[in-house]
Amino acid sequence: MYDKLWLIPFFPLLGCIINGLLGKRFIKNEKVIGAIGTGAVFLSFLVSCKYFIQLLGDSVKSHENIVASWISVGNLQVDWGFLLDPLSALMLMVVCGVGSLIHLYSIGYMHGEEGFYRYFSYLNLFVFSMLMLVLGNNALVMFVGWEGVGLCSYLLIGYYIEKQSAGDAAKKAFVMNRVGDFGFLLGLFIIFWTLGSKHGVWTINFVEISENAHLMSGDMMLGAGVTTVATLCFFLGATGKSAQLPLYTWLPDAMEGPTPVSALIHAATMVTAGVYMIGRMNVLFAMSPTTMFVVAMVGALTAIFAATIGFAQNDIKRVLAYSTVSQLGFMFIAMGVGAFTAGIFHLMTHAFFKACLFLGSGSVIHAMHHALHHAHLDDDAQDMRNMGGLRKKMPVTWATFGISCLAISGLPFFSGFFSKDEILWWAFASTRGSMLVWGIAVIAAFMTAFYMFRCLYMTFYGEQRTNPKAKDHIHESPWLITLPLVVLAFLATVGGLIGIPHVLGNLLGHIPNKLEHFLAPVFEHSQKLHQIEAHGSAATEFGLMGFSVVVALAGIVLATIMYIRNPELPGRFTAKFSQLHRAVFNKWYVDEAYDALFVNSTKNLGIFCWKGFDVKVVDGIVNGVAKLVGALAATLRHTQTGLFQNYALTMVLGTVVMLAIFILN
Amino acid sequence: MISVYHYMSVAAILFAMGTYGVLTRRNAIVIFMCIELMLNSVNLTFIALSRHLQSMDGQIFVFFVMTVAAAEAAVGLALMITFYRNRDSIDVDDMNLLKL
Repeated sequence: MYDKLWLIPFFPLLGCIINGLLGKRFIKNEKVIGAIGTGAVFLSFLVSCKYFIQLLGDSVKSHENIVASWISVGNLQVDWGFLLDPLSALMLMVVCGVGSLIHLYSIGYMHGEEGFYRYFSYLNLFVFSMLMLVLGNNALVMFVGWEGVGLCSYLLIGYYIEKQSAGDAAKKAFVMNRVGDFGFLLGLFIIFWTLGSKHGVWTINFVEISENAHLMSGDMMLGAGVTTVATLCFFLGATGKSAQLPLYTWLPDAMEGPTPVSALIHAATMVTAGVYMIGRMNVLFAMSPTTMFVVAMVGALTAIFAATIGFAQNDIKRVLAYSTVSQLGFMFIAMGVGAFTAGIFHLMTHAFFKACLFLGSGSVIHAMHHALHHAHLDDDAQDMRNMGGLRKKMPVTWATFGISCLAISGLPFFSGFFSKDEILWWAFASTRGSMLVWGIAVIAAFMTAFYMFRCLYMTFYGEQRTNPKAKDHIHESPWLITLPLVVLAFLATVGGLIGIPHVLGNLLGHIPNKLEHFLAPVFEHSQKLHQIEAHGSAATEFGLMGFSVVVALAGIVLATIMYIRNPELPGRFTAKFSQLHRAVFNKWYVDEAYDALFVNSTKNLGIFCWKGFDVKVVDGIVNGVAKLVGALAATLRHTQTGLFQNYALTMVLGTVVMLAIFILN
Repeated sequence: MISVYHYMSVAAILFAMGTYGVLTRRNAIVIFMCIELMLNSVNLTFIALSRHLQSMDGQIFVFFVMTVAAAEAAVGLALMITFYRNRDSIDVDDMNLLKL
């Protein structure tokens, strides 16, 4: 029944191999390469759909498909195994669905780029890794995917190999992810060892870990519960992969990669891996209120911190990058307050609208780039100060971008409204929530609405600020680019309808919360066990809902006042608070602080190891031994006179001495 | 009566003379003859002790020594002739090509 699960990651791997090995020499044709890449992911999407539908109609909600044994050492048994349950099925739909659209888009966007085959090969490899991450039935297979997506992220951020900044950004992303991965591994080791040595359950299988997690409830480690320590380690991994404080700085830099990559990897899928991982291990996380609180607080602080930086960025992709960091913060708030369903829900809706926003920005950049290129200008094609008034020229891009802005701001009945509202409600009313988290989240929601509309207005409204020479060469992008935009905008609009909150559903005539029902087999158990629930009256929930809509509207209105009605206002504002503006514009100098604290000290350590240790000590020992032997030989050489009679005399004297010793004894 | 001690004494004297010659003379031929002298003093020891101990083992050794000495003489003389042709000398102090 579920024994062909391996086909899902297999197709992208095949596509990667074909394009990677044959693309440069034999296939060459862009259309064929693009079709192979897109087709591979689309096939995975079809298989995913089949299993998704099959799972919907199945009463058993958790299925494993073991393909082969991987490691079998002592107590450790690891299989290449896949796990299909509602959580992974939903992720499959998001990854393959959004993935196919972005592959399709890439054919148009990457047209004429050098290394077209390389791009599609990497992109397929990424989808393969992501599917391994999602489908893995044990933590090690997940880790393979976890590392694989990190590698592909590195390769694709540094895709423009001739750009120094792209290479630097790729390295930064990789190194920061390594910091997190170290946490993931530590957490895994702790769980494996504790379950095994104390309770005799040697396993890294997710299902078995979840079933046996309760055994660890009394175990202590480092003065805290084992689950607390382990989940904090896992969460460190999540902060690296999902760009949360303090490891978020790589994500904005990752915008050096091609825009579809930003949409797929750095908005829709890879960066949500941390959220997915917490969802996968929700039983462990639920056991530790401390960790849950840390997760929620880190999420809340990230949400508001990244949003502030989003205010002052002029690069359209950077605004979206900070927005992504901020939205990921929302997902972690959800995970931290026990609203696992809401977190995954927001993950899904965010994948729709943020992918649409990124692809929309890509469409604009594409058009700008061509226009500027045509006019032989080297203005920055991503700087919003060079845009403005593009609404008329690029109607489809404008419409889809606008819809996504409405969705991310949380206007009623767009997808973002349902998911964000669910998170805010849980932050407020959950047994693991708090007013503090809720307050920060509301402010962050307000800021989100503001900076997203700032971005929308600066790009599509007002005066066109493009250089007059390039102005008339801006055109709407081809259908390969606009089609995915339209599909994603549609999803961003209606995607929220699968998770209508109960109060609203009751009001509108008993519409069930389908998503909650669907994901219940994964999350319900731990929520019930640890009494994690949101309780409050329907009136309160409606009140909060209305409040968050007002907050979002306020953000939009403020942006309209500042960027449409009185375009001179932002300038006056920045002049008045120039120091504040400079700090925000320079991203609160976090990169500089990290450079001073970690990067430079690491570099200095490296230089010390090189010049101090390697050159002086290691080379010193090696060269010293050689010199010592040389000096010794130079001295001893004098005994070799070359006169054989000297040697004979030595022999005779030696014989005499030995005889003397022999006789005297 | 000539006892085994006399033989041994003669052999020791011959051996010492040979050693002295090897260490002090410069002429390779003379050194060579001194080595022969040493070998033969050893032979004398073997023979004397063989008779004294009523055992044939020593005499067998002597044959071996003589065979090796003959072979050595042949190789050694060949070397010396070659050396003499090249350097017009058979003084061992001139044999220093390998010296640094």
